[in-house]
Amino acid sequence: MATEAARGRAHVPRKRRAEEEAWWQSAPWWVGIIIAVMVAMGLKLLFDEDYDLAWSNIIPGVWITIRSTIYIFIIALVLGLLAGLGQVSNNVVARNIARAYVELVRGIPILPLIFTLALVIIPDLSAAVGAENSVPNDWRAILALALIYGAYMAEIFRGGIQSIARGQTEAGRSLGLSRRQTMRSVVMPQAARSIIPPIANDFIAILKDTSLLSVVGVLEITRRTRQYSASSFKFTEAFFTMTFIYLALVLALSTLLTFFESWMTRDRAGER
Amino acid sequence: MSMISVQGLHKTFNKTIHAVQGVDMTVEEGEVVVIVGPSGCGKSTMLRCINLLEVPTDGEVAIDGVDLMDKKTDLDLVRAEVGMVFQGFNLFPHLTVIDNVMLAQKKVRKRSKEDAEAEARRQLARVGIPEKADSYPRQLSGGQQQRVAIARSLAMGPKVMLFDEPTSALDPEMIKEVLDVMLELANDGMTMVVVTHEMGFARAAADRVVFMDEGRIVETGTPEQIFSNPQEDRTKLFLSQIL
Ligand SMILES: Nc1ncnc2c1ncn2[C@@H]1O[C@H](COP(=O)(O)OP(=O)(O)OP(=O)(O)O)[C@@H](O)[C@H]1O
Ligand SMILES: [Mg+2]
Repeated sequence: MATEAARGRAHVPRKRRAEEEAWWQSAPWWVGIIIAVMVAMGLKLLFDEDYDLAWSNIIPGVWITIRSTIYIFIIALVLGLLAGLGQVSNNVVARNIARAYVELVRGIPILPLIFTLALVIIPDLSAAVGAENSVPNDWRAILALALIYGAYMAEIFRGGIQSIARGQTEAGRSLGLSRRQTMRSVVMPQAARSIIPPIANDFIAILKDTSLLSVVGVLEITRRTRQYSASSFKFTEAFFTMTFIYLALVLALSTLLTFFESWMTRDRAGER
Repeated sequence: MSMISVQGLHKTFNKTIHAVQGVDMTVEEGEVVVIVGPSGCGKSTMLRCINLLEVPTDGEVAIDGVDLMDKKTDLDLVRAEVGMVFQGFNLFPHLTVIDNVMLAQKKVRKRSKEDAEAEARRQLARVGIPEKADSYPRQLSGGQQQRVAIARSLAMGPKVMLFDEPTSALDPEMIKEVLDVMLELANDGMTMVVVTHEMGFARAAADRVVFMDEGRIVETGTPEQIFSNPQEDRTKLFLSQIL
């Protein structure tokens, strides 16, 4: 039989055993690669005139990108908190409005939604309340992305709140704390642990997604890059400069957020 | 006037689960009532209806003459007067022991930090763990955590204390330290309703033992009457299973 034959064949056992990784296997080479890329780009920017020209054309957009990111983040944070609390509220109306908002936004891709919000819904709404053209173009775009990220953050808040055991709320309420006090002093401080990291993630995602605002005419980094490259035909220089700037911004923000997170959890390092 | 008055209490979950089906019970000031009964008979639900943590489907609940079913009654104020101790302690893990005991004093009783802290230290001493004030709950044993939970309720100056199986989650060697605290509380004249399987505690502390089954009170009496001379067959069956 086949199995007999197989068994009959000389079989040299190869032992399985755990092997420690050598230093060169576990070293963070990727950090070196990123630094090398950044340095190479930096040298280009310093010594290549074409890059320098691209840089000076794009750089005014950086401030607009940063400013938009901060506004969007703050508005989205407030919207997310409200909609997150709304979803766990006892109030039927609040619950359903919050849920509808979150599900609508999550059911539509970002880019089409930015078009719809910034070019149709927000202008139409402001016209409906008798304040036609009252929202400047940049703010329509900022509000659009803030509304989108507000819905994403609502899910983070809801999840964080619901991850806290029901007994915590019951203990708070049985001591006479109101619903609001229990949420503020008992549930939220505990939920913050699981809420902060994904919110920080969204902060970075917002920074990156401000590039989408270029499609509705906000003169941020991407928009300026496209304008400059289209008029100068220096695509290589313009696009590399743009990606360098984004990478530098994202790395800076994520470093900042890492410090912030470890500061938030500083004196409770060993908890649970 | 009774300290606790429960009349015609019904609680139904999801329209189908009749957890409590018509309970009448009054507890006088300073009285200690122990509730026993098989698992799922509605003991916790009944207890949680007393401070309206669970809102009754029907019936009357009054604490010291205040009608809790009246929509005008401020439940938060009543709950501050009714301490509750849970099987799972439910301490706030993000706060130190002393902050656990101070939180509601400050927020509900509006006490100053100094007053709240003094009261917290007094209650921690009363339950025998003054030295743990600055620890976090996770650093304490189960028995110590439960004693903090008791101190946290006592610091509010409650008129009534409710206990839902306070020792069921504890290792055997820690049960006594919690029961001793409860016994002392009973001797100090606290009005208490205790759901427990600790028959020793019932004998030592209870003025009255209530046997529940299937959402109803089957039999009520002194510990002596219930444990040594039960009248109902269901009570006899239950006792034969647990003793
Ligand atoms: N929130 C709830 N939703 C649905 N059903 C519930 C809820 N709470 C309790 N019940 C049901 O009500 C009945 C009584 O439960 P309860 O917890 O009051 O019993 P118990 O006597 O305390 O039991 P145990 O000794 O196991 O703690 C059970 O059938 C339980 O499944
Ligand atoms: Mg129970």
